[in-house]
Amino acid sequence: MPILSLQSVSRSFGALKVTDDVSFDLEAGEALGIIGPNGAGKSTLFNLITGNIAPDTGRVLLDGRDVTRAPPMERVKAGIGRSFQIPQPFGGLSVYENLLVAARFGGGVSAADAPDFCMDILSRTGLGAVAAKPAGGLPLLQRKRLELARAMATKPRVILLDEIAGGLTDAECVELVGTIRAIHAEGTAIIWIEHVLHALNSVVERLMVLNFGRMLMIGQPDQVMASAEVREIYLGIEA
Amino acid sequence: MMLIDTLAQGLLLGGLYALFAAGLSLVFGIMRLVNLAHGDLIILGAYLILTLATVTGLHPFVAVVLAAPLMFGLGWLLQTHLLNRVLGEDILPPLLVTFGLSVVIQNGLLSAFTADSRKLTAGPIEAASVDLGIVTLGVMPVLTFASAVAVVFALNRLFYRTALGRAFRATSDDQTTAQLMGIEPKRIFAMATGIALVVATIAALFLGTRANFDPSIGPARLLYAFEAVIIGGLGSLWGTLAGGIVIGMAQAVGASINPEWQILSGHIAFVIVLLLKPRGLFPRAND
Repeated sequence: MPILSLQSVSRSFGALKVTDDVSFDLEAGEALGIIGPNGAGKSTLFNLITGNIAPDTGRVLLDGRDVTRAPPMERVKAGIGRSFQIPQPFGGLSVYENLLVAARFGGGVSAADAPDFCMDILSRTGLGAVAAKPAGGLPLLQRKRLELARAMATKPRVILLDEIAGGLTDAECVELVGTIRAIHAEGTAIIWIEHVLHALNSVVERLMVLNFGRMLMIGQPDQVMASAEVREIYLGIEA
Repeated sequence: MMLIDTLAQGLLLGGLYALFAAGLSLVFGIMRLVNLAHGDLIILGAYLILTLATVTGLHPFVAVVLAAPLMFGLGWLLQTHLLNRVLGEDILPPLLVTFGLSVVIQNGLLSAFTADSRKLTAGPIEAASVDLGIVTLGVMPVLTFASAVAVVFALNRLFYRTALGRAFRATSDDQTTAQLMGIEPKRIFAMATGIALVVATIAALFLGTRANFDPSIGPARLLYAFEAVIIGGLGSLWGTLAGGIVIGMAQAVGASINPEWQILSGHIAFVIVLLLKPRGLFPRAND
């Protein structure tokens, strides 16, 4: 049984159909990449999966259970973790406390285990040195890492990464990909929206292309990238 | 000598105002809700203590221990069934609803207890005092002030040292993201209002033993509380204590010059602080 299923999910904002009849299954432990031009509805798709917005039609299934109307906090506890494209740390809390909140409430980690659990994630994501700093004052790279770390702290079985490599230098990107690979190697399923294609394609097993809210194609990354249609729409290359 | 005595009395009176304000500050800090019924809820707490003390024959200091959980429950229910429904982007609905609630509580108390002034009687302790050489302080005002410091200290511990406190701060920072961390904002808000009403009950004890109360005096307590919160800086609990002290001292100094100036002096101090530091004495960095 797939861990996550979207069945004919559609959502409109006014006259604009931002998600148009999207269906796919994600197997446990799988890594799926999503690409598409700006405004293709990628982040909206994440909002539909996390429950921040409800679909107009269609169903979202988690472990075969219908969670289409379930609120976000319920889905976090059921195993969906998310990092935001624009980092949204709790600015008034320290980096460590940001993780504590995620671990205790989202991950169901006990008070006794939480400190070690969180410090472990902080060191894995390279945030150990800034654990005590207020999250609101972090520079961009560390904010992005915190997004990842906080999503990890909710103990997800599916982790949604939204353009987490954008704006990083090559060296930073390599480091980040290493961390994401390690998460994947532990059996966590990943859905990753990304414009940095070499980073994305070095991790994901399948690639989905969204355009105007519709799923244009889904398949093996090299086949998808070789498609004339994708090259034209996404990369702007005349076929 | 007179001045030191006046300032000491003002300081202790400030403790009472800080107790009025701490619950208001807590709720505002977490959910940006200005509860216009806060003063009336304090008066409701005073009547609850009075009723419990009368029915059971218990001392008000003991009755407050029974009243506190009841008030917590009331706060929880109020938030869950009424206030959570009107909280949102628009700040007007909660203002209107709590204003309505204020009117309802006042009239409810009027029907149940009449307009007669009542008082909580605490016995000999009311007249007891301690002589510190320079000044002589009443035991009750000292207890009031000590309670205010203890309440602010305890709330700060809760805020910064517990999982619930971190959930309070996370929700206050960003409600949408908090939900993605598994936090249920509506339950967090219900806890916050419950705790705020426990603090209101403690405030009610000292309000009721210090002076007479009747169903109509809530809004004036709200005003003092509000001024204390603003003077201290929104969201800072120690600031709220400082705000209460500023008003208390200003009132004491005003009253020592001319008894008619007591209330006015507190309000003038409020205006002066706002003119000099519009965001209060201890504003939060990231607001």
